[in-house]
Amino acid sequence: MTKHATTAAEAGYLLCHCCHLLGRPEPGSVRPRCPRCGAVLHRRKPDSLARTWALTLTAYILYIPANLLPIMTVTMSGRGEPDTILSGVKELIVGGMWPLALLVFFASITVPVLKLLVLTFLLLSVQFGSRWRPWERTVLYRLTESVGRWSMIDIFVITILVAVVELGALATIEAGPGAVAFGGVVVVTMFAAMSFDPRLIWDRMAPKDGEVSSHSRPEGAYRMQR
Amino acid sequence: MTARSGTGEYAVAEHTLVACHDCDLLFRKPRLQPGQKARCPRCGAVLFQRKRSGMDQSLALALTSLVLFMLANAYPLLRMNIAGRVQEGSLLTGIEELYSQGYWEISALVFVVTFLAPLAKMLCLFYVLLPLRLLGLRAPKAELVFRWTEQLSPWAMTEVFMLGILVAVVKLADLAALTPGIALYSFAGLMVSMAAGDAMLDDHEVWERLRSPREATGD
Ligand SMILES: [Zn+2]
Repeated sequence: MTKHATTAAEAGYLLCHCCHLLGRPEPGSVRPRCPRCGAVLHRRKPDSLARTWALTLTAYILYIPANLLPIMTVTMSGRGEPDTILSGVKELIVGGMWPLALLVFFASITVPVLKLLVLTFLLLSVQFGSRWRPWERTVLYRLTESVGRWSMIDIFVITILVAVVELGALATIEAGPGAVAFGGVVVVTMFAAMSFDPRLIWDRMAPKDGEVSSHSRPEGAYRMQR
Repeated sequence: MTARSGTGEYAVAEHTLVACHDCDLLFRKPRLQPGQKARCPRCGAVLFQRKRSGMDQSLALALTSLVLFMLANAYPLLRMNIAGRVQEGSLLTGIEELYSQGYWEISALVFVVTFLAPLAKMLCLFYVLLPLRLLGLRAPKAELVFRWTEQLSPWAMTEVFMLGILVAVVKLADLAALTPGIALYSFAGLMVSMAAGDAMLDDHEVWERLRSPREATGD
């Protein structure tokens, strides 16, 4: 092996993103596939930065109608009022349901906003070739990836309310256009997180000529955990 | 020509080396005891994990999930009583109602993440694991199907849906008298069995057995 073959890419290996098999494709192969699961192999996720930027910006744009437009309208005995995401949380607070209000606030407001900000931060840091705290940035990425789906709670609440409350003149609940935009934000940010390649953070950490990397360790030095 | 068709085209390092999926650091493949985890020293990602449980548990949980899933969708979630008028609703009526109100986008989204993706995930898992466990055989296209199973995972949102039900129940509670339906309990059970199934499935083991299904019989 070469002097500092610390990453798979440097050693000429490709890791299958799907079944995690490591292999070395023949020099000539154009679109190498994983011999085990058949997934197309890439050194890094294709056009990771461009795709993630596009999806993140789309999510920013969708985020405006998602918060301004009503996500549903509850009509009780003839009187109806449209609910936005924020007014739904407010209603829970007024009703004294603090834990639930916190839960909904976290899932529908904190998570999407933080996710967009974190993605933007990660994109900028990679774009500018930052070498600042790669470990922390990778952890941030893993968090964003795993927490995003919880934003779907509000959409599910609307579905159930719409299913149960359909009592003609007494009460009706109708979905609102804000819900479409909000669902869009959740889906688009999930795709954005999936298209970001955290290995790009570490590619900038590769030791330059004549430099000793503080990050490379001898092979086989993994941490065991019970 | 793809690398899949000929073994000579592709030198596999699977027996000795592995790389971190989050930072690409190269390792010698760890030898783990059941219940152990190997983490990447550079970025902290979980590289390998050997589960204590075997394929039997995964299969049993997949079967449990399938049964609970059918119950959860066949019965009403909630029964509501406002001034003597009774109304029942299930997940599928909600999806239908969203569609009839003209919001086909949310209707489709909810259908995919609460119905289609969880169902497909369970069926795919069943399709791969059952022949592998019982006969030591690889089902046709099992690799492709198991790949789908893994890719479907983030889109199956049963546990998030369960929390949505909880919020909806609280919101409705001061509006009307509510009675939980069979589907509500089934969804709660489904959430648990699917989470347990995810926790117990050793995907590295499945991939290895898919590579050489014969070995599966000799355990
Ligand atoms: Zn790593």
